Amino acid sequence: MPLLPIILWTDALIFLLLAAIAGFVWYVRRHEHLRAPWWRVAQTPAAMSALVVLAVFIIVGLLDSVHFRLALPAAPGTQTDRTAGRNVAYAVDVKSVLDLLLASIADRPERTYSAPLATHAYAKEMVERPGTGGGPGTQIRDYPRLKYGGAHLRDPQRDRQADVLLTGFRGVALAIPLWLLVSIMLVAACTSAEQLASRAFWHALWSGKTEVPWRAILITLALLLLLVLPVALLSRHYHVLGTDKVGLDVLYLSLKSVRTALVIGTLTTLVMLPFSVLLGIMAGYLRGVVDDIIQYFYTTLSSIPGVLLIAAGVLVLQVYIETHPDLFPTSAQRADFRLLWLCIILGITSWTGLCRLLRGETLKLRELEYVQAAQAFGVSQWRIMSRHILPNVMHIVLIAVVMDFSGLVLAEAVLSYVGVGVDPSMISFGTMINAARLEMGREPMVWWSLASAFVFMLALVLAANLFADAVRDAFDPRVRVGIRKLRFARAEA
Amino acid sequence: MSALLDIRDLKTWLDSSGGTVRAIDGISFEVARGETFAIVGESGCGKSMTALSVLRLLPEAGQVVGGSVLLGDEDLLRLPEASMRGVRGRRIAMIFQEPATSLNPVMTVGRQIAEVLERHTALRGAAMRKRMLELLQAVGIPDPLRRLDEYSFQLSGGMKQRVMIAVALAAEPDLLIADEPTTALDVTIQAQVLDLLSGLQRDSGMAILLITHDLGVVARMAHKVAVMYAGQIIEVATREQFFRTPRHPYSRKLFEALPGSERRGGELAVIRGQVPPLTTDFRGCRFADRCDSAWERCHAEVPGFSSGGDEGHGVRCHLYDDAQTRTREQASPTPEPVVDERSDAVQPAQQGAALLSVQGLKVHFAIRKGLFKRTVGQVRAVDGMSFDIAAGRTLALVGESGCGKTTAGKAILQLIRPSAGSVKFDGEELTRLRGRALRERRADFQLIFQDPYSSLNPRMRVTDILSEGMQALGVADTVAAREARMDRMLAQVGLNTEAKLRYPHEFSGGQRQRIAIARALAVAPKLIVCDEPTSALDVSVQAQILNLLKQLQRDLKLGYLFITHNIAVVEYLAHEVAVMYLGRIVERGTVDAVLRTPRHPYTQALLSAVPTLEPAGERAVIRLRGELPSPANPPSGCHFHPRCPQAMDECKLDYPAAIRIGENHEVNCLLYRPQAG
Repeated sequence: MPLLPIILWTDALIFLLLAAIAGFVWYVRRHEHLRAPWWRVAQTPAAMSALVVLAVFIIVGLLDSVHFRLALPAAPGTQTDRTAGRNVAYAVDVKSVLDLLLASIADRPERTYSAPLATHAYAKEMVERPGTGGGPGTQIRDYPRLKYGGAHLRDPQRDRQADVLLTGFRGVALAIPLWLLVSIMLVAACTSAEQLASRAFWHALWSGKTEVPWRAILITLALLLLLVLPVALLSRHYHVLGTDKVGLDVLYLSLKSVRTALVIGTLTTLVMLPFSVLLGIMAGYLRGVVDDIIQYFYTTLSSIPGVLLIAAGVLVLQVYIETHPDLFPTSAQRADFRLLWLCIILGITSWTGLCRLLRGETLKLRELEYVQAAQAFGVSQWRIMSRHILPNVMHIVLIAVVMDFSGLVLAEAVLSYVGVGVDPSMISFGTMINAARLEMGREPMVWWSLASAFVFMLALVLAANLFADAVRDAFDPRVRVGIRKLRFARAEA
Repeated sequence: MSALLDIRDLKTWLDSSGGTVRAIDGISFEVARGETFAIVGESGCGKSMTALSVLRLLPEAGQVVGGSVLLGDEDLLRLPEASMRGVRGRRIAMIFQEPATSLNPVMTVGRQIAEVLERHTALRGAAMRKRMLELLQAVGIPDPLRRLDEYSFQLSGGMKQRVMIAVALAAEPDLLIADEPTTALDVTIQAQVLDLLSGLQRDSGMAILLITHDLGVVARMAHKVAVMYAGQIIEVATREQFFRTPRHPYSRKLFEALPGSERRGGELAVIRGQVPPLTTDFRGCRFADRCDSAWERCHAEVPGFSSGGDEGHGVRCHLYDDAQTRTREQASPTPEPVVDERSDAVQPAQQGAALLSVQGLKVHFAIRKGLFKRTVGQVRAVDGMSFDIAAGRTLALVGESGCGKTTAGKAILQLIRPSAGSVKFDGEELTRLRGRALRERRADFQLIFQDPYSSLNPRMRVTDILSEGMQALGVADTVAAREARMDRMLAQVGLNTEAKLRYPHEFSGGQRQRIAIARALAVAPKLIVCDEPTSALDVSVQAQILNLLKQLQRDLKLGYLFITHNIAVVEYLAHEVAVMYLGRIVERGTVDAVLRTPRHPYTQALLSAVPTLEPAGERAVIRLRGELPSPANPPSGCHFHPRCPQAMDECKLDYPAAIRIGENHEVNCLLYRPQAG
C-alpha cells in the first residue's frame, strides 16, 4: 500500500459536521415549509456570489482535511517483502491531498524572504562571483538569484516582466474557454431539466431574470477563474505571494491556513452552542433558582481572564501529550490534538456572551402571548422552549455564530502570539500575522505575509457574513426582503 | 372663512416588494381656522399617510407624486427642506398615538418643550421658563414647576399625552395634527384629553386635523368629517349631516357595524371581503366588491365626487350621481337587523349550575428590594373578587387599564397562581391542582388574546399552531383525527382549509384573530377567557369577530369571561357585567341593570366618559379628578374615594361591603347602605 490514511480528530469532526449538514439538507428538501426560506436564500444574488467564494474556501479546507502518510521507497539493498505489507515504512510527516496538489509550490523553498513574483532575494547577501580567467572569485554584496523563483529566465532583468505578463495572459486565455464550458454545461443542465428553449434561457440569464441568480453566480465564477488560473500558471515558476522568513511560499501558507481558520471558526461554535443555547434559554424561560445558578455561573466564568483559562488548558494538554507520546505518533497528530483542544477551550470560555443575549431575548419572548397560549394548553416546558423560544432566537444564534467566526480567527492569532495558540508547527493565519509583527518592523518592510493573510481572511469572513445576512433575512418572516426605493415620475395632474 | 390648509388632489405612493402602493390617491379637502376636521377610516386607508404627507415626513419608501398642500398661500410640497423645518412645529404641530414612545425618555419634560421654543421663538432663559410653565398649566398638569424637571417615566399615560400636547403647542401652531391622540388612553383619561383639546382650540383658534377610527371621538370633536377608504376620501360632510344621514354605503356600514345594546339580539352588519390591496389598478369604485348596493356601473366606472344636491355633503358614489334615477331607498334597502329567534335576550342568570365560580380571588405580587430580595411591599393586582359564570353565558369584566382585569383572567386560568381565594371549575378546585392533573383540565378553559400579532408564533405554520394544543392535551390522538378536527375548526371560524400550510404573517389582523379562536376551540373548551379580543381590530372586523363569538356561544354553549374596556362591546355581547376598580369589583349585575342604572360613582363616571354618537352637550359627562392610584399603595377605605365626586368621610375608613340593590345587582358603595339605625 503506497499510503496509510490518517484520520485526525478534527478531520473526523469536520466530516461528521459535513454529514450532519448533508442530513439537514436532505431533511429540509422533504419539507416544503423549511425549503421555502432556503429557496429565498438561493434567489439572493449577493448570497449566491458569496456562496461561490465560500465554496472555494471550503473545498480547499476539505482537501486539506484528508490526511495520510506516504510509503517510503524501500531502502536500497534491503529485501522487499512483497507479501508482508506491514513492513512498509511510512514517512513521518502527515500529508493531505492539498499538499499533494500544491507539491510544486510547497517543495520549492528559498533560503529566506523574497518579494511576490521576484527573481532575486529581498535582501543583499554576500555573493561569490566567479573570477574571470581563472582568477580568484570576488565576493560582493548583491541580491542573489532565487533558487526557484523565475529560475527559468536567462536574463531576469529583461525578461521577467514580459514572462509574467505572458503567463498571466495565458491564464486569462485559459480561463475564458473554461468559463464558457461551465456556462454551456449549466445552460444545458437547466434547459434539459426544465424543458426550456436554450435560447430563451440564455436571454433570461443575461437579463438577470432567472429565479436562481445565475448571472451573479457566473460573474463571480468568471472573476474567480480570472484570478485563480493566472495565479496557478504563474506559481509554477514564481512565488506569486513571495516567501517568508524560512523561504516557504506564502501562497502555500495562506492556502494551508484556510483549514485552520475553518476548523477554529466552526468547531468552536459547535462546542459553544449547546452551552449558550441550552443554558441561555433555560435561564430566561425557567427564571427563579435556575436563572440564578446559571447567571452566577457565567458571571463567574466571564470574570476569569479568558487567556488565563486557555493558557492553563493548553499547558495541561501539553503535559498530557508529553506523558503519552505513544498516542501521538506524528507531529501532525500532536498539533491537531492541540488545535481541537484549543477549539474546546475557546468554546468553553466564549459561550457566555451569546448565553446572556439569549437569556435576555427569552425573557422578552416568554411574556409574549403565543407562549402564554401554549402554557394555557398545558404544553410542557421543554416543548415550549424548543418549539416556541428556540426558533424565535435562531436568528440571534446565526448572527452570533458568524460574528464569532471572524472573532475566533482573530483570537487564534492573539493566542498564538502569547504562545498558547495552535502548535507552532501548524500553519494558520494567526501564526502568519504573528510572524508579520517582526516583518513589519524590518527595513525594508516585508508586507506580503500580512497582506495575503489579510486578503484571504477578508474574503473568507466577508463571504460568510454576506451569506449569513441573506440567511437571516430569509428566515425572519417579518423582514421584507428587497425593499428598494424607486423614483416615481411625478404624476401630472 | 378662508381655508388655512387646502389640500388639492394629493397623491402619495409607496414602493413595496408587491409593487407600487397608491397609499393616497388624489384627495382634496380644506381645513378652516378654528375648525376641527376629522378624517375617519379603518387601518391602512391612508389617513396617517395624509398627515405625514402634509408634514413631509414620509417613510423612506414613500413619495408625494402629485397635488398640492397649501398652507395659507404657500405650497408646502414646493418648499425646500430647510424652510420646511420652520413650518414643522411652528405652523403645523403633530401629536401621536402612543404617548409612551413619543417622548424621549432621557430628556426632562422641560428640556423637550424648550427644544421647540428655542427653535421657533426668541424666548430664552427666564422668559422661556415662564412660557414653559404657562404651557404646562394650559394643558392642565398639576404642580407644573416640579414636572418641568421630571422625566417621562415619572408621568402616567394621560400626563405624557398632555406633555406631548404642550410640546406641540409651544410655538402656537396654526394647525395641530392629532393622529389617534386618545386611542392608547382609557376612556376617563380620553375624556380629559379631548376636553383639553377643544378648550385649547376655543382659546387659540387653531385648526385641528383629527385622525381617528373612533366614530365616538368624531361625534364629540369634529366640525367636519371626511371618511377615507382605500386611499380616497369617499364622503365629506359636517358632523350633523354625517351623523344624521351618512350617504356612502361604506359609511352606513360602519355605523351598522358598531356594537351596542340595540343590536343585542341580532348580528352586527359586516362588510364582506377585505380592503382591496392598494397596488391594484382600480377600474371602478374601490368599494364595489364589498358593497351591497353595487351594480354594473360601479365595477366599470370610477365614481366622481359629487354633492348630490345637499350642499357641503360630498360623496364619491354612483348612487348620488343623478338623484333622479335612483333614489337611495331603491338602491339600498337598509336591511333590518336579523333578530335571531333563538336569541338569548337577557334571561335571568339563575340557569344551571355555575361553570366557573370564583371566590375571594387575590393575586399579590411581592415587591422585592435589596441584596437579599426582602419583600418590602405587595402589589395587589387583584384583591378579592368573586363571581360566577354559567355555561353559555358571558360575564364582561370592565375597567380601565391597570385595574387588574387581565391578571384576574390569567389567575383564573392558573397561568398566574393566585395568592388566595378559590377558583372552582365544574365543581373542581383549580387552585389546588398541580402538574399533570392541572394539565389535563386545561382543555376545558382557554384564552383568546388582544393582539392577534403577538399571540401566534411567527415561525409556526397554522397547522402546527392548531395541532399544538390538541397534541399537548391529547384531544385527537391520531394525525388523521387531528387533521379532520383542524379542518372543522377552520370552517367554523370561517377560514379556508388551505390556510393550514401558511404562516401567520400572511393573514390580516381579523384572520389571525380567527386562527387564534380556532386554536382555542380545537381542544373543545367549555370556558373561554377573551382578553380584549377586538380592541386591536377595526370596527368592521370587530363586528365579524363579535358575530363569530356570539354564534360559537350559541352553538357550543361556551361560557365567556370577556375582559374589555369597550362598553359598546359589553352591551352587545355580555349577559352580566362586573366593573373593576383597582383590583376589586365595585359593581356587578346584569348588563341592563348596570349599564342602564349604574349605581357606583365610578361606574357612572366611566359610562358617561364613553364617547357616543349622540352629539356632545346632550349628556353630562362626569369628570374624574386625577388618575388611577398605584395598586402597590391603594388608598385606605374605599379605593375610589380620592377621585369620587360623592365621597364622604366614612369612605376613608373601611372598604364597603357588597350591597344588593336589586335582583342580580350588587354594588360596593356606602351610598347605598340600608338606612337602618
